[in-house]
Amino acid sequence: MSSTTYCEELSAKSYEELAANFDWSMAERELGYQPGDPINIGWMCSDRICGLGMADKVALYWEDFQGNQQQFTFDAARVLSNAVAQFLCGLGIAPGERVCLFMDRVPELYIGLLGILKTGAVAQPLFSAFGDESLLVRLKNADTSAIITQKKHVHKVRKIREQLPNLRHIIVVDPGESPLLPREVAFRMEQVPRVEDFIVYPTTAESPSLLHYTSGTTGQPKGAQHVHYSIVSQYLTAKWVLDLQPDDIYWCNADPGWVTGTSYGIIGPWSNGTTQVVLDSGFNAKRWYEFMARRRVTVWYSAPTAIRLLMKEGTEVVREHDLSSLRHLASVGEPLNAEAVIWSEHAFGKPFHDTFWQTETGCIVITNFPGMPIKPGSMGKPFPGITATVLNTRTYEPITEPGLAGLIALRPGWPSQIRGYWSNEAGFKAKFKNGWYLCGDRASIDHDGYYWFMGRDDDVINTGGHLVGPFEIESALLEHPAVFESAAVAKPDPVNMEVVKAFVTLKRGYSPNDDLELEIMNHIRKRLSPLAMPQEIEFVDSLPKTRSGKIVRRILRCKEFNEPVGDLSTIMDD
Amino acid sequence: MDEISKAVHDYVVREYLEEGDEREITEATPLISGGIVDSFSMVSLKRFLEKKYQIQIPDADATPDAFDTVQRIVALVHRFQKPATVGV
Repeated sequence: MSSTTYCEELSAKSYEELAANFDWSMAERELGYQPGDPINIGWMCSDRICGLGMADKVALYWEDFQGNQQQFTFDAARVLSNAVAQFLCGLGIAPGERVCLFMDRVPELYIGLLGILKTGAVAQPLFSAFGDESLLVRLKNADTSAIITQKKHVHKVRKIREQLPNLRHIIVVDPGESPLLPREVAFRMEQVPRVEDFIVYPTTAESPSLLHYTSGTTGQPKGAQHVHYSIVSQYLTAKWVLDLQPDDIYWCNADPGWVTGTSYGIIGPWSNGTTQVVLDSGFNAKRWYEFMARRRVTVWYSAPTAIRLLMKEGTEVVREHDLSSLRHLASVGEPLNAEAVIWSEHAFGKPFHDTFWQTETGCIVITNFPGMPIKPGSMGKPFPGITATVLNTRTYEPITEPGLAGLIALRPGWPSQIRGYWSNEAGFKAKFKNGWYLCGDRASIDHDGYYWFMGRDDDVINTGGHLVGPFEIESALLEHPAVFESAAVAKPDPVNMEVVKAFVTLKRGYSPNDDLELEIMNHIRKRLSPLAMPQEIEFVDSLPKTRSGKIVRRILRCKEFNEPVGDLSTIMDD
Repeated sequence: MDEISKAVHDYVVREYLEEGDEREITEATPLISGGIVDSFSMVSLKRFLEKKYQIQIPDADATPDAFDTVQRIVALVHRFQKPATVGV
């Protein structure tokens, strides 16, 4: 593998030269892949790295909030993922079947993903804080065959298992003393024999690899279908944008229940043979700094919400820790405000580099590169190999005038672009206009080619870097006995950028009060997830509607953002 | 465990511990950093405290650190209670 960093390449060539002469085949060559060959992410991230002489290099340093620690070399990742794969094959899991990972950030999650992929099955990671309703919707949609989970989460699966007749296996990695029910089986990774040789299923470039669920304005969440060839993008963007180098110690804050946690929390670093650290813990500024200082973290990929929480804790606590190992900082999830970039320069002596991408893109597509001058608050420029633009909202033609806002659009065809939404062809087709893929966000491009984020182009709520669909929340709100009608919209928030606010009308016999508000909040938190929980509920007498009776969220959203509602004549006639 | 500690403790166990989660929650158990209560769910915990103790906790004071243990939450409640109602 080449150890040339992007900074070195950039010093020799300009960004424009790199972009003009770019070809994804350079990543294929570095990965030792030739078009038409089998390609398997599980093998690429373990066996291949061992074959490159890094078998004894640490792949993962893991610890939890109680201080429990484990470490795994690339060889351990190889033989343990083989063990997972062999176990799944023994259960009769066939290539193409969906196997869900529903766990906290424990080692079984990281190694289990490689194991699933080695069998040719499709990994379906889901955020472990999801409630039973969120879990049910996603498992039902994917027609999932098996789920790997922990004792602390298995009760959620038990609540819904009767509604999932095709869920044949519920695999518990830490069953303890509690008896398992029919269809449940134990898999204790620390006790199973390591498997030296496993014949990895010969997936090809277009074989399905991961199914990540994402939210849209309408309908239930959509399963974004990724393929094994996506590793080509994830490998190169991790190397160039996150600037991963052979001796780096890398920390990605993201949970693999979301796409960042797999693309850059597993595949990107491990395909580069990079050592990564994982802290399975909630937020605590002191603990995070102590962890980074002790582990000598060099590259840190975080999120604006976390950075803003750290900002609240001040710089004094930063000074109490030796963070001199930090070499490169990057951020993802939502736009990184200029204040956060400036604060990080003050606190850490270096800026966070904002990166833009989404579940559907599979890899970073617009970014502030290492070595490129940062304009605080800007998303940066398209990654070489990505053709991006902003489109006029009516004509869907590229906007050529700098500074004018339009829809962020990408020319299809990069390796990690999703190949579709699971069982939702119409939803996937709707993402394209005039030969462009629409990201669903608005931005402008300045004279220097830098992109500036302006907001979502739909009703999806971006809270703490996670997209939450209003429909799912509204459906769950209606399950509450007091709720007659509801609308969920985004509300600005200084830490999370946006949070969920619900407008609710009540059924006869119920009246608004604090107890009811708290009860409804907790109902959503448990049914869906903490992210989806409205941080505020406004009880209203009626909701704004079109003449045909459709609730107009836009009016409510504009009110929250103090924006003009604009022309409603066409909407109200809907 | 005084009345406020018990009320906070019971609420955390009831609302945030998942069924089958056998972890013991003490007054010093890390709630936020321990992943039992996440930063989003902190809002409902804050709302519970404000409602039950008729207090207003400013957002600036509702930090993950201030909500990290039952002990700290109790201290926060005491801080924003009017003197006459302390200990109620």
